[in-house]
Amino acid sequence: MTDATQAESKPRIPTYLISPVILAGFALATAVILATSDSLTRGPIADRSAEDLRTSLVQVLPEGERDRDPAETIVEVADAEEGPVPVYQMVQGGQVTGAAFELTGYGYSGAIRVLIGVDPQGAVLGVRVLAHAETPGLGDKIEEQKSDWVHDFDGRSLTDPTPTGWKVRRDGGVFDQFSGASITPRAVVGTVYRGLTFRQRNAQQIFHPAEDAS
Amino acid sequence: MSTGYRKIALSGLWDNNVVFGQLLALCPLLAVTGTATNGLGMGLVTTAVLVASGLSVSLLRHAITPEIRIPAFVLIIACIVTVADMALNAWAHDLHKVLGLFIPLIVTNCAILGRAEAFASRQTPVAASFDGLMMGLGFTLALVVLGAVREIFGSGTLFAGASLLLGPGFGFLEVTIIPDYTGFLLLILPPGGFIVLGGLLALKAVFDRRSATATGAPMHETGKVFTAVGVLQPEPETGETS
Repeated sequence: MTDATQAESKPRIPTYLISPVILAGFALATAVILATSDSLTRGPIADRSAEDLRTSLVQVLPEGERDRDPAETIVEVADAEEGPVPVYQMVQGGQVTGAAFELTGYGYSGAIRVLIGVDPQGAVLGVRVLAHAETPGLGDKIEEQKSDWVHDFDGRSLTDPTPTGWKVRRDGGVFDQFSGASITPRAVVGTVYRGLTFRQRNAQQIFHPAEDAS
Repeated sequence: MSTGYRKIALSGLWDNNVVFGQLLALCPLLAVTGTATNGLGMGLVTTAVLVASGLSVSLLRHAITPEIRIPAFVLIIACIVTVADMALNAWAHDLHKVLGLFIPLIVTNCAILGRAEAFASRQTPVAASFDGLMMGLGFTLALVVLGAVREIFGSGTLFAGASLLLGPGFGFLEVTIIPDYTGFLLLILPPGGFIVLGGLLALKAVFDRRSATATGAPMHETGKVFTAVGVLQPEPETGETS
């Protein structure tokens, strides 16, 4: 360290002038590296999340023969509260037998993207968390791989439980929280509830088969 | 020079262990060591970042003037972590699904900046990478031990979820130590992390004192746990030897 200081103090340009230039150079180089890797990875990352969406869609929609790929059967529903929401439809024999859409809740550390599948009768077909940044070991039990907690939503509707029950136990509802993490499940329960009210408000549009693009 | 590397290895793994020796990186430590598997995941990602940051800081050490070293190190480390996050997400997506949660926590790891400042900025690239590797492995060791203790007594299992992190071949690691255990919540929560960490530090102090007495080494070794917190000071035992 002392060697460096001596070496730097010898040249005619003083360090207080040279240091900012070096730091600016570092900032510029970092920015270039980040921008380059962003443009390199943006495509593959989008592909991967499209694959993830497809995998999750299959899990929250009815099984069996289908007329079209639900990932490509999309109706855009403009909702007063949620804004424009793309809804993925499962069309079987000309009828929409299930629909899925993504809503975002806010947990302990940012956005939780929740995919919700619903049927025309108003019941939840399935719920999957697409992306989140909750604390590993505490909040990440909302992932289907780590806990079967999300299956508690299967078959639920706005009447089962009644709206006052759409909360975690600690808040007087029927859904389990995790030990040490109640903010995360609270966010997911709230988001699924929002999803069901969204379905109720827009049932006509959600279950009307989309125009065939082909 | 081989004795130098042995010293680095010993320093990273034991004497100057990030957690047990320097008491650094406690924030990510307490957050993820609820299970041994999460500790392992965090440790492996941190090791990779430590090696990469040690190497880059060492390579650039002559270009960085002392006045701007801290912001320059922060830029380098943040850049590495962000690029690693994007690259994993794009090309190792399954791994990213498991490890991705740990990557934002690495930013809170002061040990990486500490090593850049105290070691990598005054050593050759090879020595700095090796030090990063050893410090990382020492950190991993600490995380796994702490995670294992908290997991066994907190939830009655060991390495739960290891097959998700390491692949289905590692399912054998998942053991239920205490069947039908209702769990001991305190140990899973952050305070439990502090309690277990305190116990482990005491054990290490006892062990170091014993071995110091056995080899006749001076007793001040045992006090190092608490003096070494000032990591931004150069460390005499790993300082420039060449």
